[in-house]
Amino acid sequence: MTSPLQQKLKINGPVVVTANRLADGVVVYRGEGGWTTKLDGAAVTTSAAVAQELLAAAKADGLHAVDAYVAPVQVTEDGRVRPGNLRERIRSSGPTIDLPLHALRVKADHVPVR
Amino acid sequence: MYLYDELDRTLVGERVAEFRGQVARRLSGELTEDEFKPLRLMNGVYLQLHAYMLRISIPYGTLSSAQLRMLAHVARRYDRGYGHFTTRQNIQYHWIKLEELPDAMADLASVGMHGMQTSGNVVRNITTDQWASVAPDEIEDPRIWAEVIRQHVTLHPEFSFMPRKFKIAVGSSRHDRAALRIHDMALQMHRNGAGETGFEVMVGGGLGRTAFIAKTIKPFLHKRDVLSYVEAVLRTYNQFGRRDNIYKARIKILVHELGAEAFAKEVETEWQSIKDGPLALDEEVIADIASRFRYPAYARLDDSPPELAEARRSDRRFDAWVGNSVAKHKVPGYAIVTLSLKPEGGTPGDVTAEQMDVIADLADRYSFGEIRVGHEQNLALPHVAQRDLPAVWRALDAIGVAIPNVNLITDIIACPGLDYCSLANARSIPIAQEITRRFRNLDLARDLGRLHINISGCINACGHHHVGHIGILGVEKNGEEFYQITLGGKADEHATLGTLIGPAVPYAQVADVVEDIAAAYIELRERPDELFIDTVKRTGVEPFRERVYAAR
Repeated sequence: MTSPLQQKLKINGPVVVTANRLADGVVVYRGEGGWTTKLDGAAVTTSAAVAQELLAAAKADGLHAVDAYVAPVQVTEDGRVRPGNLRERIRSSGPTIDLPLHALRVKADHVPVR
Repeated sequence: MYLYDELDRTLVGERVAEFRGQVARRLSGELTEDEFKPLRLMNGVYLQLHAYMLRISIPYGTLSSAQLRMLAHVARRYDRGYGHFTTRQNIQYHWIKLEELPDAMADLASVGMHGMQTSGNVVRNITTDQWASVAPDEIEDPRIWAEVIRQHVTLHPEFSFMPRKFKIAVGSSRHDRAALRIHDMALQMHRNGAGETGFEVMVGGGLGRTAFIAKTIKPFLHKRDVLSYVEAVLRTYNQFGRRDNIYKARIKILVHELGAEAFAKEVETEWQSIKDGPLALDEEVIADIASRFRYPAYARLDDSPPELAEARRSDRRFDAWVGNSVAKHKVPGYAIVTLSLKPEGGTPGDVTAEQMDVIADLADRYSFGEIRVGHEQNLALPHVAQRDLPAVWRALDAIGVAIPNVNLITDIIACPGLDYCSLANARSIPIAQEITRRFRNLDLARDLGRLHINISGCINACGHHHVGHIGILGVEKNGEEFYQITLGGKADEHATLGTLIGPAVPYAQVADVVEDIAAAYIELRERPDELFIDTVKRTGVEPFRERVYAAR
């Protein structure tokens, strides 16, 4: 998984635009005119042109999110959006390991991926 | 223990105020990300997969109890209750918020800590032996020299925009515990024929995409000349290092392409012109810096107090721990205690805030208030009286840092890998965790003996996989995680790069492969006490390769 920031724009399937929230680094996805932390709320496209537009809008919004790039997703039969590779699974759900004991404050929507 | 003076405190305080202003202007939009990024990097602030990461410098791996308590506070207040000790004796926090960073940095500044020069194309944390000033085989405290160099290169305008990062290590013991020879520059203290102490200077070590062991370019450098010579090396690098290709920009490439001799000549020419100038160190300057290091007022104690022997006799677990984690101290009656941060199923190098607080208290009570961080991602209490070992052990055991696996197969060095790091291709921590489960049996681990496993999640090699006895490198093939296995690497004074044993193996098989390698070693060793690394050297990797790939 070479850093997506260095990849040329190539669309092989459904994609979203993702970034990190400026203030706290939380993973966010580009939705309709804004950002969401929920992958299900992201704008999904199979069109390179649309992806390019989403990316341009994302990059223009440097006040709220940084390091935007195009990331692959999978869309399930019932229309749910899932991360498209291991890197995006980890960004979406958090580290695949248990955080050290006594680390109490695990976010509710961070379910470890095994 | 180095004591900050007024200048140090002012500098760190001003840095925090400056960064607070920069963060405010970034959050308001006055600064773009392109403008802000180099500024945050200069304070050790990275953006990783899930959050910002803050890397705090721990100069030569030495911490006071007050500093460790502050690290605990930062973990608790600004992060998720834990910190990660790195292979460069630093600490990292993986869940930091940008908007809270100035406050975190202000808290750290109150105990003289900061993230300056932990990122960017500057001289990074200068590392040394975690047993500095207490190791019996040491000539003189190497930290004094690390501090001399640190003061000079910090915020040095000429060396703030080098072709790439620059990592320096200083050593002073015959046995190299600081992996000197994989650094851009290393200084190894020696005594010459006339009884004077000076430094062998080695340059051009480094791992990553193209790994090299450092070459000696100056067999004996007098103390007076340390700063001017270091300056000459940095200047030569700054002048000739490549800036056109990030993969060829480290000094190791320059030394390799010029040849060590030609490189040494360039340095010599530069050095001759500056060696008698203002950088020449007089005894007063050295003594002044040395005087800011405080050493314990050791009590006059006897070695092997009877209460220690009695405790060893009556408690098998305590006895095993002493045999594994306690090392000889240069002062009679004292000992060096290593705290294993490698529990079964744990993340190598991670420590919770609660553990940090207990360790700080133990340091105050039993180690003259001092803690050390090793590049192998363990901690040490450097000044423990032997008669206090039973009490220290009970307290360490209660918080889970007394597993007697130091230097054994489960004492794994691993980078954070794809679970955290945006550079990674594959995960490293779960690989380490599974290996610790397979080898949880301490009798087995002891039978295998000293065995260093190093795991990196990408070619940047932060886990130092090239110099592991068993090196494991994560790569990505068609969206899946695979791991290359090397054998026979060494990081010490006999530094060697490991040899690849065959095609990369999938994630699910790595722990099986390590078991096969361990089994092969037991069959191949000439006698039970032939070390793993010596067996590999004697037999070569072929018998191991056969064993691993026979069924795959």
